[in-house]
Amino acid sequence: MKFVAVIRQVPDGESRLRIQGDRVDLSGATLILDQMDEYGVEEALRLKEKHGGEAIVVGFGPERTEEAIRTALAMGMDRGIHVVHEGYADPVTVAEALAPVLKEESPTLILTGGQQADWDSQALGGALAEALGVPVVPWTTALQLEGETAKAKHDLDEGAEWVRVRLPAVFTTQQGLNEPRYPTLPGIMKAKKKEIKRVAFQGTSRVEILQESIQEKARLQKILEGKDPVAAAEELVRLLHDEAKVI
Amino acid sequence: MILVVLDHDGSKLRKASLEALTRARKLAEAFGDGVAGVLLAEGQAPVEEARAHVETLYVAELGPYTAEKWAAGILEAAKAGAKAIVAPSSRQSRAYLGRVAYALKAGLLEDTLESWAEGGEVYATRYAYLNRVTQKVKSAPPVVLTVKPNTTPLAEPRGQAGQVVPLSIPPVPTVEVLERVQEEKKGVSLTEADVVVTGGRGMGSAEAFKQVEELAALLGGAVGATRAVVDAGWRPYGEQVGQTGKTVQPSLYIALGVSGAVQHLAGMNKSKYIVAVNKDPEAPIFKHADYGIVGDVHQVLPALIQAVKKLKD
Repeated sequence: MKFVAVIRQVPDGESRLRIQGDRVDLSGATLILDQMDEYGVEEALRLKEKHGGEAIVVGFGPERTEEAIRTALAMGMDRGIHVVHEGYADPVTVAEALAPVLKEESPTLILTGGQQADWDSQALGGALAEALGVPVVPWTTALQLEGETAKAKHDLDEGAEWVRVRLPAVFTTQQGLNEPRYPTLPGIMKAKKKEIKRVAFQGTSRVEILQESIQEKARLQKILEGKDPVAAAEELVRLLHDEAKVI
Repeated sequence: MILVVLDHDGSKLRKASLEALTRARKLAEAFGDGVAGVLLAEGQAPVEEARAHVETLYVAELGPYTAEKWAAGILEAAKAGAKAIVAPSSRQSRAYLGRVAYALKAGLLEDTLESWAEGGEVYATRYAYLNRVTQKVKSAPPVVLTVKPNTTPLAEPRGQAGQVVPLSIPPVPTVEVLERVQEEKKGVSLTEADVVVTGGRGMGSAEAFKQVEELAALLGGAVGATRAVVDAGWRPYGEQVGQTGKTVQPSLYIALGVSGAVQHLAGMNKSKYIVAVNKDPEAPIFKHADYGIVGDVHQVLPALIQAVKKLKD
């Protein structure tokens, strides 16, 4: 069995973003393995631990993405593949870049994060599934292998459902699926020696980013003291009614 | 042709579909084109309501929702030559439209705030970096574009009913739906609500959410929850607001006992007014609040309910 987790490296949600020449400049930001992709790495590791086989991390992005691939290797993934691409790529282009690599590996299943923390895209799972001609289970919160099929629970817009799907299939991950482990020191040492195969990708994004800006809305910051809860509540409701006019 | 995916709840079109129709008409005008709709049904679908909005309405009965069947239905309708496919943003639409965009090798513009066509290309604005950055993007047709809820005026009917064209969809390899866990739906939907009242870990228990529900109902809004609350099993996943949950942009967002983690802020930081109630004056949520009360939510919330009732009388 072969379990693949597709990952990207993104800025930490807490890190400060700067704009340089109309575009986000990440040079000062802390970059991490996308936390949504971490669920996929953890799930691949758990599946391997239970069913045997190999767990492979496939990263898409610029040179620096190798750091995130090493993090996944330090968590326990067996080997890595890095599809190297500088700059922005829309999900269809990313899927095009990854499809040949994934086809060559012919994995039992593929996991990737439900949403990217930089481009805020939720479409990679669906696009990858289409590229591979397999079903997709988005927003997975439970996953069990049953022979040639998997049984999974996933969220819908309202409610959730259990599905059975013939493998291979693509699963997108989210919180609730598992608690990702931390890399251990021996894991980090071992990760340094693990193989990362590099694959170049020259495709061009269909979607072009023309401009990026940060418009943090200035908040009013009218904070009331709540020692007298009734008075504070009445004043708040008055402000929302008379000043903000939202109730 | 500009194709709109008309999402519905089994009896009527969702508000988000009427927003998508407005966007589609704007693109259609720019391209000198007509608007067609695709209505994918599980059982009853609002055919009459939908055909009042479009020149051609493609209809297919597909059984239980799966991303594969919905993608196949849209691709079938798009065969008539869609320059753009416009759909409401939802968890589901982004899974099937990922498939559709790949199949058409289209530029996918997700969760757009505005969109327009210029010089034969489609432009849009959207948020990125966990809602912290606004991007202006463009793509040449074909384009698949999703519309963020509550961004666009609702379309009015055309005054002339469109032609209904049944679609036949070849069987596709898909998931087998074993069991649907329908969450009990109370009041308005979270992503479309104009008021959202969210409880955080500070609420302390599942029972305490009865009052959150009461306040939300009084304000005609929806209940939201934070990751901690959902993880604790106090509220269902469908109510989660944040990076791993839903993104909301109401006029009024009330955060009760919410500390304000980045992942949560990503789901609500574009709300028009943000109100925070927390006993910790250092809670990060206050930095993002327009109004707030530093106090015990268990005392403030009942007082808020009373104050709103008083206002309404």
